[in-house]
Amino acid sequence: MITLNINGSVVKGLEGSSILDVARSSGISIPTLCHSGALEPSGACRLCIVEVNDGKRNRMVASCLYPIREGIDVYTESERVRNARHWILQMLVDEHPGSEKIREIAGAYGVQESAFRSDDCDDTCIRCGLCVIACKDVAGIRSISFANRGVKKEVTTAHQLPSPECVGCGVCLYVCPTESMERLFAKTRQLAATVEGRQP
Amino acid sequence: MNTSFGELEAILEHVPPHPEHLIRALHEVQAKFNYIPADALDAVCDHVGVARSQGWAVATFYKAFSLRPRKEHEISVCVGTACHIRGAAEVYETIVRGTRAHAGEESTPESDLSVEKVYCLGCCSMGPVAKVGNEIHANLDQKKVDTLIQTHSKR
Amino acid sequence: MKIHNLEGLLKAKQRGITKLYPPKKPKLLVGMATCGLANGAREVFDFFRSKARATSWNGLVEKTGCIGLCYQEPLVDLVIPGKPRLTYNRVDLVAAEKIWEELWNGDIPETSLMAWNDTDMILLDGGPRKLHQGETESFMRRFPSYAELDFLKYQQHIAMRNCGLLDPDNLDHYIARGGYFSLQKALTAMQPDEVIEEIIRSGLRGRGGGGFPAGIKWRSCRKAKGAPKYVLCNADEGNPGTYTDRGLLESDPHSILEGMLIGAYAIGSTEGYIYVRAEYPLAVETMQRAISAAREAGLLGKDILGTGFDFDMEISLGGGAYVCGESTALMASIEGKPGEPRAKYTHTAEKGLWDRPSNLNNVETWANVPVIISKGADWYNMIGTKKSTGTKMFSLVGKVNRVGLVEVPMGITIREMVNAVGGGVPSGGEFKAIQTGGPSGGCIPKDCWDLPLDFESLTHAGSMMGSGGMIVMDQSICMVDLARHFIDFLMDESCGKCVPCRLGLKRMHTMLERFTEGRGTIEDLDEMKSLARAIQDAALCALGGSAPNPVLSTIRYFRDEFEAHILDKRCPAKVCKRLITYSINSDACTGCAHCSDVCPTGAIVSTNRKTHRIETSLCIKCGVCAGVCEAGAIEVI
Repeated sequence: MITLNINGSVVKGLEGSSILDVARSSGISIPTLCHSGALEPSGACRLCIVEVNDGKRNRMVASCLYPIREGIDVYTESERVRNARHWILQMLVDEHPGSEKIREIAGAYGVQESAFRSDDCDDTCIRCGLCVIACKDVAGIRSISFANRGVKKEVTTAHQLPSPECVGCGVCLYVCPTESMERLFAKTRQLAATVEGRQP
Repeated sequence: MNTSFGELEAILEHVPPHPEHLIRALHEVQAKFNYIPADALDAVCDHVGVARSQGWAVATFYKAFSLRPRKEHEISVCVGTACHIRGAAEVYETIVRGTRAHAGEESTPESDLSVEKVYCLGCCSMGPVAKVGNEIHANLDQKKVDTLIQTHSKR
Repeated sequence: MKIHNLEGLLKAKQRGITKLYPPKKPKLLVGMATCGLANGAREVFDFFRSKARATSWNGLVEKTGCIGLCYQEPLVDLVIPGKPRLTYNRVDLVAAEKIWEELWNGDIPETSLMAWNDTDMILLDGGPRKLHQGETESFMRRFPSYAELDFLKYQQHIAMRNCGLLDPDNLDHYIARGGYFSLQKALTAMQPDEVIEEIIRSGLRGRGGGGFPAGIKWRSCRKAKGAPKYVLCNADEGNPGTYTDRGLLESDPHSILEGMLIGAYAIGSTEGYIYVRAEYPLAVETMQRAISAAREAGLLGKDILGTGFDFDMEISLGGGAYVCGESTALMASIEGKPGEPRAKYTHTAEKGLWDRPSNLNNVETWANVPVIISKGADWYNMIGTKKSTGTKMFSLVGKVNRVGLVEVPMGITIREMVNAVGGGVPSGGEFKAIQTGGPSGGCIPKDCWDLPLDFESLTHAGSMMGSGGMIVMDQSICMVDLARHFIDFLMDESCGKCVPCRLGLKRMHTMLERFTEGRGTIEDLDEMKSLARAIQDAALCALGGSAPNPVLSTIRYFRDEFEAHILDKRCPAKVCKRLITYSINSDACTGCAHCSDVCPTGAIVSTNRKTHRIETSLCIKCGVCAGVCEAGAIEVI
């Protein structure tokens, strides 16, 4: 067992656990969007950011990825954490105003849409890649991937065409934190359905 | 298959069939065809043993690869910091206007000239610079830009 | 020819010396790195070659790399046995013809002669080599020596020890200047731990950005469990305004290879990669030839120098992504994946390339290693400052008279760099700021120009050492526009994996664009600082984490300029197009009509057939008219 402090309270966890797992099992809440207990964490949304002091220095880490270490101090509500979390939610809610899930979490932390709100209510994908990971690791198929980079990054199939590899298992729909997979799924499925001799 | 099967075979022949060689294979396809044809991308993926979606991810992530045919003469105007402060933005605009004057717009099917912005060609001591093929044109000004466009439009 | 041991190395050295300094033949050397080529070195080289062939000249025409005097390119050296090395600058075809003519007539050519050097510095092999003995030649009184050139006077070439002094494709040249003897020393006279100890004691810190002690990195990798271990070289130099790595790759590739070989021995690695950006075709080719030559000589492969040490390496070609300069993204790219970084909560020394222990250093760091092994840590750590030992290469560019690659001891001040080495800002301008560290660094204003150039001072000033980009700026540069430029770049290059970088940079870009258009508010400025802190804290990798630096440093030092844009709707440097107007001073206008000829929108009209006027509603503020007006009548307000 490893002992550490979270917000001043002593907590214990198994070696190899993440700060997020230990915090949650101790009843300390940390918001997340792209975390799914079943899949390898990608650390993309950064909402679970916490401040850690390892005796040498303070650093900001993604709690879903950071393995607990003996004696560290973790702060989930420090000024830096709150500032970072505020901005992540602010940008997500402005960029993806169509997502109820995002609005809900943002609302819980007192973040409202700002003047920078996007007009595009259709794009609710936060590019966390859970669907891509699930397609690879759960379905073992890899019919979808990220394409492009930066602000143009998106989840697509190869050549943006219906994917013959897709078996329609729907695991991508299931893991998506913002219910944004429907459209792509329909497209991905199109060909798979044809191949199987059924109508999409 | 749209691309010449033989040409692609020749490329793949000396690329070891391992995922680490995906980028190298794509570089060679790009060099050969001046873009990554869709069927060539799929063939490369099969050859090095990655899913098609992974090949797609790589081909769209890196700037060196183009999924649409590039023009024969592509003017890459450096807009890196050293060139930026020496007026690269003006050079870029001048080149775009110049090619439009020659070709009707930035790049048309009839024209063999296109213009793109790139960040830093490592020729910071002689900015603004532009690259055509592997040739660097240094210390660009209005006059040199005109000559550049004329030579490459006529070819 | 295979080199099996020390004896073979000594033989190669003899061969190399004869090639570098042929006893009876004069030699013309043309600087053929990218800077030279872009300025016409290829034509000059071909000219000399064809003349030499046509006339059966008894001399040699060879190429060399870049000594760093980029503002004097194309450079040509003439080495005549028993005479000083002569360096000619800005040699175009006309000058080349004259040089050839004078040489053919048996004279010492003086056309375009820039300087002479009677002693070649050979850092690693018993010191300098006297080229000239006896009486002073008359040209030596009339032209400066190398030692008198201001650009070189303050420099100390360690990483650049061979640049411009040998043919990068010639392995024997490299060995003749002491190359591969450090490897031989490490393999035969030192235990791996002793090599690491030596590097730690030298104080060598990573030259690629962070400045992490190289020896300590090596030690973690040596201790890490797992095999094989990888030794990697980061040659993905993507910082706009930086080309130090290109200089070394094109001018002295073997110094990098030798450094990596020594590192591999110390760490216990048998395989390596050098990740080079595809935008540097000449560097890739030169490195490829160097690897082949080293392999052929047995300096890469099995049983190197007969010691039982095995190591081989390959080039991995980048795909045009700045983020691949980040260590984990670089490794993903070598594996053939998109260059997305991952969290480094487990160090790459333990789990790097293919999850194996890996050690990554940049080009300049590796090039320093053979010197430290040869001359010892004590020699090395006397150079520079206590915490930043040795020298650092910089690419000094922008609004400065002498642009080029420089290598100076750490700790010289920015003022010395700009004025003494760079010869100051071109006339008409005044030093305003210097940008260091590329898009991860920041701008340092004139108030701080007595700051010493070392890792800590630059970080403390809100910038960073980075890989050595140094862009001098004068009054004509708008700092708000510059901040926008950097965020533009970073937004374009962000991999998009994490939210703070993907969306945060986009938001910053929008805010900065508003400032340049005079639409921002003072509250926006504070908002932007708070957002910048969030990005620094929450981004996944170093690219995102350092992305706000150029913005924060410009707000810190040039807040008045932001305020001018916001409050007065004015761009003091007259750069931001929305905030300036072009007009023609009718007193100065000569009516030559050059401006109206070039105006792309027909916004310039003739008023009374004598002078011209700009129709503001049509003007797109491209500035082409100002560029062609010989009377200087076009004004920007």
